[in-house]
Amino acid sequence: MLNPLTMKNKFFNLLLVLPLLSLLTSCGEYAATKSGPQALSGATDAASKVYVAPGSYDEFYLFTSGGFSGQVGVYGLPSGRLFRVIPTLAVDAEKGYGFSEETKPLLMTSHGFIPWDDAHHPKISQTNGTADGRWLFINGNNTPRIARIDLTNFETVETIEVPLSGGNHSSPFLTQGTEYVIAGTRFSVPIPQSDASTKDFAAKFKGTLSFIKVDPKTGEMKIHFQVLMPGYDYDLSHSGKGPSHGWTFFTSYNTEQQGSLKEIEASQNDKDYVAAINWQKAAELVDAGQGEDMAVTYYHNLMDESTQSAKSEIIKTVKVLDPSKHKGFVYFIPTPKSPHGMDVDPSGEYIVAGGKLSADMAVHSFSKMLKAIESNAVEKEINGIPVLKYDEVLGGVVKQAGLGPLHTEFDDNGYAYTSFFISSEIVKWKVGTWEIVDRVPTYYSIGHLCVPGGDTRKPWGKYVIALNKITKDRYLPTGPELTQSAQLYDITGEKMKLLLDFPTIGEPHYAQAIPASVIMDKSRKVYKLEENKHPHMIKSEDETKVVREGNTVHVYMSTIRSHFAPDNIEGIRVGDVVYFHVTNLEQDWDVPHGFSVLGAQNSELLIMPGVTRTLKWEPRFVGNFPFYCTDFCSALHQEMQGYVRVSPAGANTPVKYWTGSENAL
Amino acid sequence: MSSLSRILMLIASLMIIGIFLYPIWFIKLDAPQFPEGGLIMYIWVNKITGYEENTLNSINILNHYIGMKKIVPDAIPELKIIPVVLIVIGIFGLAVTVLKRRFLMVAWVALFVMASAVGIYDFYTWLYDYGHNLDPHAPIKVPGMSYQPPLLGVKYLLNFRSASLPYTGSLFAGISILLGMIGIAYDSFLNRNKK
Repeated sequence: MLNPLTMKNKFFNLLLVLPLLSLLTSCGEYAATKSGPQALSGATDAASKVYVAPGSYDEFYLFTSGGFSGQVGVYGLPSGRLFRVIPTLAVDAEKGYGFSEETKPLLMTSHGFIPWDDAHHPKISQTNGTADGRWLFINGNNTPRIARIDLTNFETVETIEVPLSGGNHSSPFLTQGTEYVIAGTRFSVPIPQSDASTKDFAAKFKGTLSFIKVDPKTGEMKIHFQVLMPGYDYDLSHSGKGPSHGWTFFTSYNTEQQGSLKEIEASQNDKDYVAAINWQKAAELVDAGQGEDMAVTYYHNLMDESTQSAKSEIIKTVKVLDPSKHKGFVYFIPTPKSPHGMDVDPSGEYIVAGGKLSADMAVHSFSKMLKAIESNAVEKEINGIPVLKYDEVLGGVVKQAGLGPLHTEFDDNGYAYTSFFISSEIVKWKVGTWEIVDRVPTYYSIGHLCVPGGDTRKPWGKYVIALNKITKDRYLPTGPELTQSAQLYDITGEKMKLLLDFPTIGEPHYAQAIPASVIMDKSRKVYKLEENKHPHMIKSEDETKVVREGNTVHVYMSTIRSHFAPDNIEGIRVGDVVYFHVTNLEQDWDVPHGFSVLGAQNSELLIMPGVTRTLKWEPRFVGNFPFYCTDFCSALHQEMQGYVRVSPAGANTPVKYWTGSENAL
Repeated sequence: MSSLSRILMLIASLMIIGIFLYPIWFIKLDAPQFPEGGLIMYIWVNKITGYEENTLNSINILNHYIGMKKIVPDAIPELKIIPVVLIVIGIFGLAVTVLKRRFLMVAWVALFVMASAVGIYDFYTWLYDYGHNLDPHAPIKVPGMSYQPPLLGVKYLLNFRSASLPYTGSLFAGISILLGMIGIAYDSFLNRNKK
């Protein structure tokens, strides 16, 4: 085993090789060297806590966003083993996602096909404030959208574009019963969009906060309304729970409303705002016919489970509520400088804003906020939005906790865990008394953190996971670009204990963990062939065919261990557009087949049992082009191959296809 | 016939219903790639099923590598004949209960035992046919190897451990026959005492 500690210091190297680790442990919590990184003390004890024996299961699923990879990583805890990468808002050639004809529509937007996004916050659906493990929502920050992953098949089944938004960051944080998925704009833009100059930022740039309704049965998303807000940056959000259910809270910065050099210009005000939205009241207004219909264009893309094909719908209007016209559903709470994280404790009473440029952390009280609204404790109004008095809403202050507080999650014993980016640590504090009880370093520069269920009413407070932006010397170097990482800490004792470091795909921006038992038994094994309603599916090899329609050729192909049918095709010509519609006839768990053809400009297909997937192929040369199975399926996988004969343009080679000499079709 | 043996005959006849409710035999194939209890095939008097919906299909896919014929329940005539034979035996049993003739009871047991023996022999010939009558173009050919599953017990076939045993339905048949035999024995005992 290579410990980074050993790399530069031979003395410590010797210590580790000799069984004297316990001596190191007794030297203090961390054995530090001048040159190397800090290594874990009590490593054998930690190892036993994260060791999951071969063939055994992890206790939790961990879903991390892939950040700028646009994907979602699925890990096990406590082992940190990576099980799967779910493509969501970025194409994935390995799985044919965004390349097969069936999945392309999922990446359609009003800007056309957008193959990449910056996916930040995964969020597991909730029932009554508890993670229920039905769906995972994740936001696309760059071209504003939200994706929904079905956690029975671990596949993206829906995406929705968010109109009138300049960057969907404070999203998709849900309401406690998954009534709404939330979106908010990180970059305010002219609304409606125009070529206004950023010099007129304060006058013309606006923000929107969106409330997207979720069908409780199907999970299908539909924008209910958007709230028009002053042109700030709406950074993060969380919805109320328990007593505060019905409200959603957003942090905002750049209340200075500057359009340039924001690191300076947007860091001038000592206080920015938490926007508190009473969405129940807003929904009542909308349902009573209030609000304005604005002309927009956005895409809603949905995977049809029966055809296993996604379809796009273009929507042309959205309902917008302007708080300057409709009173009593939006309030601002002043909060210390440039807040980032926005978190609500499990009781629903405390609203924590991570004022990243503030020395102290302000915790706002929901019940006090209601009293302040009732007694009209208002210091001023901005565009008709009352700004409540800071002191009247303040629930408590966590004093001198660290540098750069960002995000807070909670356990089930009344403690909170806040990440500090600048001082690179997690600080544990007591909700209510605001005293700091413990702190641990992270390696390095923690952003979000995650306690299983730690942002719901029912945390499973066994671990806290640090999601780090920088790893520097923590792993073997891999050139200029290094992995990002997650770190697992045991929080069952009084002191937090580092157990494990593990590298992650992309940037693990935020994560959600849930007991494996909630999800694993519902996991799908196959798609039933008889339920496949794909228009180009075939139920057996007897139905295989090749159909020419002008220059378009449809190949109805099947796969089963270990051959394609047909596996020989003739009569294709240069200039044709060939669609291979490949149905996997297998009905066994873990028997996908792949399909790839020489010269395909897209990707392979990876076809789950019972599913039909389509690859578009445009042959450019005369010749015989092999195709083959890419997913090692069986003992005769290597033999699972075939040929397409491509004749010159205008040739009259008849269309013929067959499988095996005895079964010419 | 004594009233006891008539009751036994009645129960024995009704037991035949039970043979329809459960499989009469099962074959279980175990290999490391099938960690969830292997592939289990159930043989009923009128159908062949798998432990899961797709089990039979899975077995057929595996078997094609060694050139074994596809198991297609619709193509096995016995699955249509056996139910009729059993219904006839059942009605015959009820008739014996009504007609109260001892020699008919003996005939009934003899018929049932013979039918069972023929059925088991027939099952064996099917197993032999599947195991030996292989496609000469099969990709996997092991010289001298046949793939006949055991009639009763366990046998290793390539990477599979294959087990074949009677199932609950056969238990009903066995008890039914046994009850008939007890009835005959009891009546014989009574007769001997009378004389």
